[in-house]
Amino acid sequence: MIAFTVNGTEQQVEVSPDTPLLWVLRERLGLAGSKFGCGEGLCGACTVHIDGVPQRSCITPVGDVQGKQVLTIEGIPENHPVKKAWLAQEVSQCGYCQPGQIMSAVALLARKPKPSDDDIDRAMSGNLCRCGTYGRIRRAIHVASGHVARKGGPKP
Amino acid sequence: MSTTSTMSRRQFIKTSALAGGGLLLACHLCAGRRDAAAGGDTVFAPNAFLRVGTDGSVTVIVNKSEMGQGVYTSLPMLVAEELCCDWQRVRFQASPVAPEYNHTQFGPIMVTGGSSSVRSEWNRLSLAGAAAREMLISVAAQQWRIDPAACRAEKGVVHGPADRQLSFGKLAARAAKLPLPKEVRLKSGATVLLGRPLHRLDSPAKINGTALFGIDVHVPGLLTAVIERPPVFGGTVKNFDAAKALAVAGVKQVVTVDAGVAVVADGFWPAVQGREQLEIVWEEGAGAGVSTHAMREEYARLAATPGLVARRDGDAQAVLAKAARRFEVEYEVPYLAHAPMEPLNCFVDLKKDSCLIRTGSQFQTVDRNAAARVAGLKPEQVSLETTFLGGGFGRRACPGSDFVIEAVQVAKQVGQPVKVIRTRTDDMRAGYYRPMWYDRVTACLDKHGLPLAWQLRIVGQSIIAGTPFEAAMIKDGIDGTSVEGAATTPYAIPNLQVELHSPKNQVPVLWWRSVGHSHTAFVMESFLDELAHAVGQDPYQYRRRLLAKHPRTLKVLETAAKKAGWGRPLPSGHGRGIAVHESFGSFVAQVAELSVDSTGHIKVHRVVCAVDCGRIVNPDTIKAQMESGIVFGLSAALYGAITLKAGRVQQGNFDDYPLVRMSAMPQVEVHIIASNEPPGGVGEPGVPPIAPAVANALFAASGARLRSLPMTAEKITTARKKG
Ligand code: FES
Ligand code: FES
Repeated sequence: MIAFTVNGTEQQVEVSPDTPLLWVLRERLGLAGSKFGCGEGLCGACTVHIDGVPQRSCITPVGDVQGKQVLTIEGIPENHPVKKAWLAQEVSQCGYCQPGQIMSAVALLARKPKPSDDDIDRAMSGNLCRCGTYGRIRRAIHVASGHVARKGGPKP
Repeated sequence: MSTTSTMSRRQFIKTSALAGGGLLLACHLCAGRRDAAAGGDTVFAPNAFLRVGTDGSVTVIVNKSEMGQGVYTSLPMLVAEELCCDWQRVRFQASPVAPEYNHTQFGPIMVTGGSSSVRSEWNRLSLAGAAAREMLISVAAQQWRIDPAACRAEKGVVHGPADRQLSFGKLAARAAKLPLPKEVRLKSGATVLLGRPLHRLDSPAKINGTALFGIDVHVPGLLTAVIERPPVFGGTVKNFDAAKALAVAGVKQVVTVDAGVAVVADGFWPAVQGREQLEIVWEEGAGAGVSTHAMREEYARLAATPGLVARRDGDAQAVLAKAARRFEVEYEVPYLAHAPMEPLNCFVDLKKDSCLIRTGSQFQTVDRNAAARVAGLKPEQVSLETTFLGGGFGRRACPGSDFVIEAVQVAKQVGQPVKVIRTRTDDMRAGYYRPMWYDRVTACLDKHGLPLAWQLRIVGQSIIAGTPFEAAMIKDGIDGTSVEGAATTPYAIPNLQVELHSPKNQVPVLWWRSVGHSHTAFVMESFLDELAHAVGQDPYQYRRRLLAKHPRTLKVLETAAKKAGWGRPLPSGHGRGIAVHESFGSFVAQVAELSVDSTGHIKVHRVVCAVDCGRIVNPDTIKAQMESGIVFGLSAALYGAITLKAGRVQQGNFDDYPLVRMSAMPQVEVHIIASNEPPGGVGEPGVPPIAPAVANALFAASGARLRSLPMTAEKITTARKKG
């Protein structure tokens, strides 16, 4: 039995501890917002926060989160500045990568409220977007931080 | 699918010329079917595409798959514009598979592709909205005992004389009792919604984790399967031992399907763990002999021999034979995977006399019929529900219905709802690629330095051969999608010959975002640039001289050049490149600005894009699709290649099949040309110009001319050494 907290709720799961956290969230806990893109830590679609740090849940054995706090896209409040900026900048296309992008962006802003373009490059380059929404993501992060974008994507 | 773009344009002109003045149009829409996606509290279902509820809400039923391109917003906008409803009350719903949702031009199938959604649905959805509006107005006019002509609709309310008002919600129940109008008058005057950058209706669901993709489908008792596939294309199972796989906790069953051996488990992880324990002996067959290296040599040999003629103006061969100076080079591009962010998957719930499929498909009728065939059911017994697609790019429109068929084959042996998921590596190695191409191009110039003769030989597999579309899309041995963008070049070249070789092999190929244009634009626009430089002319002005008869192409070219500051000095080591290309009824020019470091690594700093896609539905969607196409094309230009050795695909994940990441993202600017021309596509046309724009910029920056994609540091270093 592995016990941990997800989005503020205590959870206990009976599952082999080497099962990646991603599949426990998606299949056992009904939290399908975190996505499977590569399974090898290469795309960031599965990004969640573990004790406040963004991690790739596809390569995190659930046994490792015993007693820890997990935050997923479903736990980000509707009025969060990152979500509002994502809507205002109309970032999403197919949308598949966006939960992971948002989790990385939320973590970046928590650590660095006014990130530079280089900060964004560093924090966000682990998140792939096949639809190519990077310009808008950059802009949305600047908007969410209250910063004026310097090299952001086009404004809708 | 792209070959029908001309047809769609002509059809549009025919009807839209009438539509402009608010004229009467015959209305052939079928009545709404209650069983076809009727919502709970809807009362007014005048046709297959919209529902009005007593609460005034409007549900637009969308027959196109939402894969990022924004159809769940642009198509509702077309309906809402004519319906004159309140945009805030508009919702979308995916349509079921039914004849009334078939493509208006691509034959009796429901399909999303060819950048055709807005173009092909404009008239039908405008009529659908207008017909409903007229019915709602009639009801109000009856109630007020006045002439309907004295009423108008706006934002979901019918207004009559003396400030009388009735909301659509109040009118819906009675409107439902009216007969359908035989003729419908489209609105005249300024548009209310079209042309405005409205927010996407699907965005909220996509940022809170509730948007349902195929891979997210879950029902009680669901099993998950992964399939071990042969290591080479065309391979089959000789024998296998499942004992160890079955011993893995959670594994329920191991079954064989045409695609290989499936491990069925109570979750994804045990299925993958079980698969690792399978012991399979494969019969590899001829596929084991395939290598892209050998294939390239064969293609090069073919390129030296005459092919089937796809376009012939003048006599290029004779002119070239006599030319004092000839330019002859070879271009090549590799196989490419679509690599949608959501790997392919398919949910199947198969019962004795019914089958429910939930998946992200672009090819619903084809997939449903394939499922019925495999399940031994009638097509009507199979319902296919379209989820959101985590990217499509053509991969989810597969004539072979591969990912649906394998799932139904598993389901037949399992007796429980099951979802087959491909891992990223399964997805990348199981095939269907943009074909590898090898082209030889020869030209000579007139006394002004402009092309006098141009001969292009294209060598590569047909994506249509062997599919049900062969009869319609291959003419005299020529697959139009293999030569599109080259045989259709707008440049004024008096002696032009485009030839085609379509060799066959085991590697499965498919349309990949922008189809043939993804390769022809690179060849045509790079080689034209070479010729301009060869005679010391500015490549932008050179193009202008050859485009005098093509005002729309010329306009995007000039706009992109102007906005990019063409000709203005750049920092040393930087270069600008330009390219222009027409595809899917739209015209796109791009200027790329880049620098390249001493190790041969390219950094693209800025891309300026101009697009003329005719009449505009949602300008922000157009911008987003141009941005998206540029990044998609840039990944291919800089990194993308699928290679095979001893039949085995060498790439398997994003480490060896890299995509553009945030750190490599250029600044992108999109300029939309105001236009009253018929609408063109936007999902694909942003892709073709970027590879040549970057290759041309690389030449400007470094003197290295790359005729082979992707433009790796190694190739750039070699090209630089050659000077
Ligand atoms: S799915 Fe976890 S990083 Fe790609
Ligand atoms: S929005 Fe489609 S992958 Fe990012």
